[in-house]
Amino acid sequence: MFMFILRRVFFALVLLLAVSFFTYMLFAMLPSDPAALTCGKNCKPDVIAANRIRLGYDKSLFEQYWLFLKGIFVGRDYGTGAAAFSCGAPSLGYSFGQHECVTTLITKTFPVTAYLSVGAFILWMLIGISSGSVAALNKGKWQDRAASIFTSVGVSLPTFYIGLLVLFSVVIWLRILPFPSYESPFVDFPTFLRTMILPWLVLAVLSAASYTRLTRNGMLEAMNEDFVRLGVAKGLTTKIILRRYVMRQALVPIVTIAGLDFAGLLGGAIITESVFSLPGMGKMSIRAVVESDLPVLVGTTMVAAVFIVVANVLVDIAYGYLDPRVRVK
Amino acid sequence: MSPDVVLSVRNLSVVFHTSDGDVVAVNDVSFDLRSGETLGIVGESGSGKSVTASSIMRLNNSNTASTTGSIIVSGVDVLTAEEDEVRRIRGSEVAMIFQDPLSALNPYYTVGKQIAEAYLVHHPQASKADARVVTLEMLKKVGIPNPEKRIDEFPHQFSGGMRQRIVIAIALINNPKVLIADEPTTALDVTVQAQILDLMNELQTEFQMAIVLITHDLGVIAEAALDVLVMYGGRIVERSSVEALFSEPTHPYAWGLLGAVNSLGKSDRGALVTIAGSPPSLIALPTGCSFNPRCGYAMEICTAEVPSLREIGSQGSVSACHLPDDQILTIGRKAASL
Repeated sequence: MFMFILRRVFFALVLLLAVSFFTYMLFAMLPSDPAALTCGKNCKPDVIAANRIRLGYDKSLFEQYWLFLKGIFVGRDYGTGAAAFSCGAPSLGYSFGQHECVTTLITKTFPVTAYLSVGAFILWMLIGISSGSVAALNKGKWQDRAASIFTSVGVSLPTFYIGLLVLFSVVIWLRILPFPSYESPFVDFPTFLRTMILPWLVLAVLSAASYTRLTRNGMLEAMNEDFVRLGVAKGLTTKIILRRYVMRQALVPIVTIAGLDFAGLLGGAIITESVFSLPGMGKMSIRAVVESDLPVLVGTTMVAAVFIVVANVLVDIAYGYLDPRVRVK
Repeated sequence: MSPDVVLSVRNLSVVFHTSDGDVVAVNDVSFDLRSGETLGIVGESGSGKSVTASSIMRLNNSNTASTTGSIIVSGVDVLTAEEDEVRRIRGSEVAMIFQDPLSALNPYYTVGKQIAEAYLVHHPQASKADARVVTLEMLKKVGIPNPEKRIDEFPHQFSGGMRQRIVIAIALINNPKVLIADEPTTALDVTVQAQILDLMNELQTEFQMAIVLITHDLGVIAEAALDVLVMYGGRIVERSSVEALFSEPTHPYAWGLLGAVNSLGKSDRGALVTIAGSPPSLIALPTGCSFNPRCGYAMEICTAEVPSLREIGSQGSVSACHLPDDQILTIGRKAASL
């Protein structure tokens, strides 16, 4: 098992290196001059030239990538003399658009994304698994049909549409909640809750739909297994059979997909954050796209990639614990 | 009901309600089972033998199936009893072995845990340590080598035959009065089949339980059963002792079954005889005797009237056939000697 984890971690690191390389190269190939974007419309050629040297864009692409990589481990200094500044390790570059180290920007915006993700994730797992269970236990009855309608609606409606609809009806039309304005939970908890409740619900309900289906089908499939029949024939109570036999089996794919979905969310819920104007990583990324703020894009992409890769490794390890048949000896 | 009767089935009928119509899977089946005795139930797929078996433990889905008649185990009618009462009977009075040992075990728990679980649910006062001791003992009895180590292994680490032994251990852990074995050897290699049948015989003597052995394999019946029910189209068409079935079968369907058995001793090594046609659709059973479209001896009355069971011959066999007794005995003896 230890060797298995070690090997997985090693390959994860190689994968991340590859992701960083291709991300950096891809963005560097865009036909925009990062140095020209440092000082807006009224840039003079000599300022651009100075900034190009200061930010290292005068060097070859591979040298730039090497400096970027090195910065992650040892930090990075830009320029010399009075105009010099530095970003400490782990440095993901410097945003000329926001005049701030990318790492600092990410540390500022990530908590928002994390609160959104964790809250929505807990809600959607609760909604998805419970509605899926109710549907499976009442197969063919109205509860099952209701869940099936919920599933089709949920998976087909896009977040931006439902998000705006909810925002409009609850905030503008019914005026139940104030217009979202984000506050840190440590500063103003009630405002934080008032702001987060809608994005949590929208994200949770829409994502829960596919988990409802996953849970329902997984449970129904498990209920047809011979070993569940044997459990009944043993005289076990329905509760034990559902927990140890039916749910145990249905949970394996749910955990796998949930791990990857959660990691994807941590990389930034771009649409939800934009609709509800939450200052998270997703919103920062979209702003960076609009402003061609390449260092921020590379940085957020790298962070998202780390979450996905780490989640993959964790899911692989969890899989071994969940299903003894794939456990590596 | 005589005292040593442990299972008494009366007029059991099971109807499945499907979108295509009602399926009469079991029709008016009655039999008694005495302790220590093995009753074989034989028939083709769809003859109702497995549904009969699962009815005994009330395993049929009550939403889709309606079951009538009575099944008395230890003075309790399984079909009408409260769910808690049925659950108490399941696994302790009546236990079951399934056809496919590969899928009958929960892949997520060790075999020891699954056997102990069956013990603990019927012995709520027992501790986990007690259950482990009993489980180890049971593993030895069913012939698992090195049980101290294997008790903590998962089902996928066992071979098919070994898994069937585990399933038997689960079934017998509470010393049941009745063991229902639904095709216990069908999914196993031939050599392993014999081992499992031997084991079941051995344990039957030790535990003094009655066995309902469901199979489509007459060889298994010959080896393990005392009495046989032959089922066709959801009904019992013949009931006889094993000797009588093999020496003087009393139903045209049984003649066909015997003809389809391949044996090394057969003088004529030609093609196997098969029963013409295929098992009837249970949604639209033929009128009269269900077997009439495939029966070489069918008469006019066979399409009009369902034959009732009557005693034929001197060996206590009971058969549902319209043919006259002497003709049945003559053809039956001839069919058995082929």
